[in-house]
Amino acid sequence: MKPAAFDYERPNDLAAALELLSCEEDTRILAGGQSLVPMMNARLARPKRLVDINRLPDLDYIRDEGTHVAIGALARHRDVKSSRLVRDHLPVIPAAYEWVAHAAVRNRGTLCGNLCHADPASEMPALMLLLGAEMVLTQASGTRIVAASDFFLGLYETAAGPGEMLTEVRIPKPARDTGWGFEEVGMRKADFAWATCAATMRLDGGRIAAPAAAVAGVGDRATRLAELEAAIEGQAPSDSLFADVAREVAVSLDPPSSVGVDAQYRRDLVGTLLPRALAAAARRAEEAKQ
Amino acid sequence: MKKTAINLTVNGRSRDAVVPPRMLLSDLIRHELALPGTHVGCEHGVCGACNVLVDGKAVRSCLMFAVQADGCEITTVEGFSAGGLDLVQTAFWEEHGLQCGFCTPGMLASAHELLAENPDPTDDEIREAIAGNLCRCTGYEYIIAAIRSAARKMRDAETAAKRQPA
Ligand SMILES: Cc1cc2nc3c(=O)[nH]c(=O)nc-3n(C[C@H](O)[C@H](O)[C@H](O)COP(=O)(O)OP(=O)(O)OC[C@H]3O[C@@H](n4cnc5c(N)ncnc54)[C@H](O)[C@@H]3O)c2cc1C
Ligand code: FES
Ligand code: FES
Repeated sequence: MKPAAFDYERPNDLAAALELLSCEEDTRILAGGQSLVPMMNARLARPKRLVDINRLPDLDYIRDEGTHVAIGALARHRDVKSSRLVRDHLPVIPAAYEWVAHAAVRNRGTLCGNLCHADPASEMPALMLLLGAEMVLTQASGTRIVAASDFFLGLYETAAGPGEMLTEVRIPKPARDTGWGFEEVGMRKADFAWATCAATMRLDGGRIAAPAAAVAGVGDRATRLAELEAAIEGQAPSDSLFADVAREVAVSLDPPSSVGVDAQYRRDLVGTLLPRALAAAARRAEEAKQ
Repeated sequence: MKKTAINLTVNGRSRDAVVPPRMLLSDLIRHELALPGTHVGCEHGVCGACNVLVDGKAVRSCLMFAVQADGCEITTVEGFSAGGLDLVQTAFWEEHGLQCGFCTPGMLASAHELLAENPDPTDDEIREAIAGNLCRCTGYEYIIAAIRSAARKMRDAETAAKRQPA
């Protein structure tokens, strides 16, 4: 299968790219191409024009900004996965990256392109919600910052408008004694998740502090679990607590059914994986104290 | 749809082409540059048969447009065997790492990338490196054995080269 014809632009600076994007016609950004090109090859997408951002090296960075880690639009999965900075401050990201695609896909695919694609079974949107990331959206007329919680709007749908580029993601560095857990089940590691559960928390005098939890693959978008967080904050961590709150989350979900992977199975997966992720986060938070 | 003149280095040789934007790199390699060793299975990034090295990294050539490869250095299976079968290909041959051979060019690209970065990979690391390459014939175990053997051959060759300064 071959893509339909399109016009191709390869700007050499950001201003030129934004100018091209601000035009009326059906113009899309081409980043790693690892989601867009398969859709074009299958003619599920037929953009009139592509703006290739691969020759904008200024956008290829992973930076320490003190309170947060800043990741530019052209940072490839491969580089984010292997970054020392990311590993030191945000260890849940490389752990989750073990589940994202294959080496050859990670060599080209970008984190920002992944977030803009907003596949409901994709891992990184869930992590951006979990970690409270901010999205820097830039267009010719200026820049705005959108919280991850306002960015993912639905199936393949984000807050990024047609003329906007996600130029940077800002991920706050959690407190040093934050523990994390990440669990996923799918057909194979690089296939889209049937259920993904991620959690972070600290322990304060043996009680859960600043808990966060998110799921993916079980709805039309990744979701942060605010009610669960409220229910465990200030409690002592225990398997029975985690099992109870996870059961409530599981029944509240309305996951998709696909052949061999029906909604009830996905709910069961959440009921199993979420307590594991929470327990792992509690254990690592405990270890961080020692 | 305007055509663009591009220049790239393929298997060490400078090549020029004039391409429409929608031409896939895999089609440029196979049809325009007449290097049919790169195979095309799915054209949506899943099978890995089309993997080639772009600036040393394994990449799906079906998910890159030819125009994007302007200025890049590409290595295809024909490049690995420029001077007869290389060590990795020899290991595939000896260890029965192929049957029909459809997946082999892509497997070789993945194996080359792995061995360039990690001369002594564990079996798990080998499995991970070829996880994005589908093989319908071998059952994978022979391929893993081949890459393990290739790694050993490459390390031995390295040691031998060190012992005998040119
Ligand atoms: C075989 C295979 C397995 C995969 N497995 C997984 C997996 O397990 N988990 C997972 O999460 N993903 C997976 N992916 C998808 C992969 O992670 C992609 O790299 C990612 O979804 C898209 O990133 P990209 O840079 O390739 O974006 P592109 O494909 O270039 O673009 C994707 C979309 O985002 C838009 N876009 C890109 N960059 C920007 C930007 N900076 N600002 C605004 N819009 C932008 C594009 O216009 C397009 O609509 C897989 C892909 C393949 C081929
Ligand atoms: S043909 Fe490119 S991955 Fe299958
Ligand atoms: S040898 Fe036939 S597909 Fe691998």
